[in-house]
Amino acid sequence: MVRLLEIDDLSVSIGGKQVLKNFNLRIGSGETHALFGPNGTGKTTLLNAIAGIPRYTVDQGRIIFKGKDITYMSMDERARLGIGMAFQRPPAIRGLKLKDLIKIINPHADAATILRTMDFEAFGDRDVNRGFSGGEVKRSEMVQLLAQQPDLVMLDEPDSGVDLENIKLIGSAINQLTQKDKRPSSRNKSGIIITHFGHILEYMKADRAHVMLGGSIVCSGNPGEILDQIKRNGYEGCAACLCPA
Amino acid sequence: MPVPSIEERAERAREKKALYGTDVNLESYESEARAHEAVERAEELPGEVKKAALDVGVKLDAEASGAYVQMDQSPVVAKSLYEGVEIMDIASALKKYDFLQDYWWKLVAPDADKYTSDVAASPPAGYFIRAKKGMKTVFPVKSCLYLGSTNLNQRVHNIVIAEEGSELHVITGCTTPAHVQRGLHIGVSEFFIQKNAHVSFTMIHSWGKEVEVRPRTGITIAEGGSLSNNYILMRPVKTIQTFPTATLAGRGAVASFNTVIYSTMGNIDVGSNVYLNAPETSAESISRVVSMGGEVIARGRMTGTVPGARAHLECVGLLLSDKGRIYSIPELDGRSRDLDMSHEAAVGRISEEELEYLMARGLSSEEATSVIVRGFLDVEIKGLPEELRAEIRSITQREELKGS
Repeated sequence: MVRLLEIDDLSVSIGGKQVLKNFNLRIGSGETHALFGPNGTGKTTLLNAIAGIPRYTVDQGRIIFKGKDITYMSMDERARLGIGMAFQRPPAIRGLKLKDLIKIINPHADAATILRTMDFEAFGDRDVNRGFSGGEVKRSEMVQLLAQQPDLVMLDEPDSGVDLENIKLIGSAINQLTQKDKRPSSRNKSGIIITHFGHILEYMKADRAHVMLGGSIVCSGNPGEILDQIKRNGYEGCAACLCPA
Repeated sequence: MPVPSIEERAERAREKKALYGTDVNLESYESEARAHEAVERAEELPGEVKKAALDVGVKLDAEASGAYVQMDQSPVVAKSLYEGVEIMDIASALKKYDFLQDYWWKLVAPDADKYTSDVAASPPAGYFIRAKKGMKTVFPVKSCLYLGSTNLNQRVHNIVIAEEGSELHVITGCTTPAHVQRGLHIGVSEFFIQKNAHVSFTMIHSWGKEVEVRPRTGITIAEGGSLSNNYILMRPVKTIQTFPTATLAGRGAVASFNTVIYSTMGNIDVGSNVYLNAPETSAESISRVVSMGGEVIARGRMTGTVPGARAHLECVGLLLSDKGRIYSIPELDGRSRDLDMSHEAAVGRISEEELEYLMARGLSSEEATSVIVRGFLDVEIKGLPEELRAEIRSITQREELKGS
């Protein structure tokens, strides 16, 4: 399998405080990985560091995407190279209509169809994220990613604060973005998804899952099995049971 | 003691400096303008004038209720295309209608300062627009005040009357062609909005780097009447100072002022001044300023004198350069019980979070800045026909706006 993302020995700090420690991860082209772990363990930091948000400082290690070292590349260059992220709490942008943003992100995108896919037609003329409810914000993020069509889609808790019906909708959009309708061998879009309770995994397909504790991965395996263990024994118990040191 | 005439009052104020703004030396400008031939229709105007008008959002050949164009001191087009609206040049109107003496210099004082004095002492030039009783227009009256001669002191005096129950939309573009380096524009405007009449007045300024501008505006709104006043300045100018004053004189009168400024240089001192003098009146003033340079003073003053009046001021500025200054001065003057008056003012920078969000979608830092700035300037203007709203929007959206 072609390797899309390779993270080697990565340490990342925010405001002088180290969050990720000697972190390693490989994601093949066409694979979708789920990340589990308690709050404050570095999951969001990992996504933000891959996206290149400047206040996330890389202290050591490197991030390779499509064979290029992107460790110090600017955010917009990374996005244009094919990295896309759904923010957990995105800002509102006054005066910028969602349908106009779709066209800015991708002039060839079919805004009407994308909005319809997310049952979001009524929001095309609204300012991006302004006055949106929690669930609407998540759908707005999916709409933008559907326009962007990234090769690596990163989703930070796309299911938090979303009702059941919308979780289904978001799950199917993630499947679409990660080409789960195609045979595994012909997929070339990958994903990383952070989820606390795994609800979203009932509606989308993940190929592999990891448990993060204290800034590194402590356990990896089949998403269903790992989620079962977490539910039964908690994060630490899961790590001890499935991946004894 | 006899009441002094307009001429006498003007004479007395010849040297009177204005309360705000830098002082302009009137002597350094020429007061005699070359005359321009009037034309029958706006389409017959010189291409240069039509192009300049288009540049300030005034499409003279598109649908309109009428048009007025003044080149320097000469009215060249004054034409109504709709029976509900009367449009004349003010000199002809003053000759035709004796009743205009009851409106002439009634809301702006000829001795307010040296600028009003100068206009009062000159032969009248400007527009007279009257929306007739009960007549509602959908298409705007389009007007262009064109300062086409270098070093000229262009003086304008306009009267707008919206009679009872009428609806009127006016869009005015004030502009200079690129070859005019230096000039002065003084515009006196008096608006009479009568019972249950609704007026939107949109003014777009596009001047040269050595042009000075001193509008002087007075507005009165009677019972149930409303005004939506919009001012847009996106291009460089040397100095502007304006502080239109509106009096909400009748029960339930409403005024809203929207100001959009993109500053790169010069001294820009603008604002609005509203007196809420009747029960159930309300006023709102929203200004958005983006500064890449120059000094912008954004004023807003609301004075509430009766119970139940409601007023809100909002001055928000984005300061994107070390070369700029935004000085926001919101003032609330409550003079009665049971008032509801508030303001919010903020001057700051573009939020990092918004920039990063758009950059994560592939926009460069410059593109993201431009998108955020355009959105910031895109004020939702209420009470305008959709076509006019789109036209105004296109002006704030077409500019190449850059961050530092």
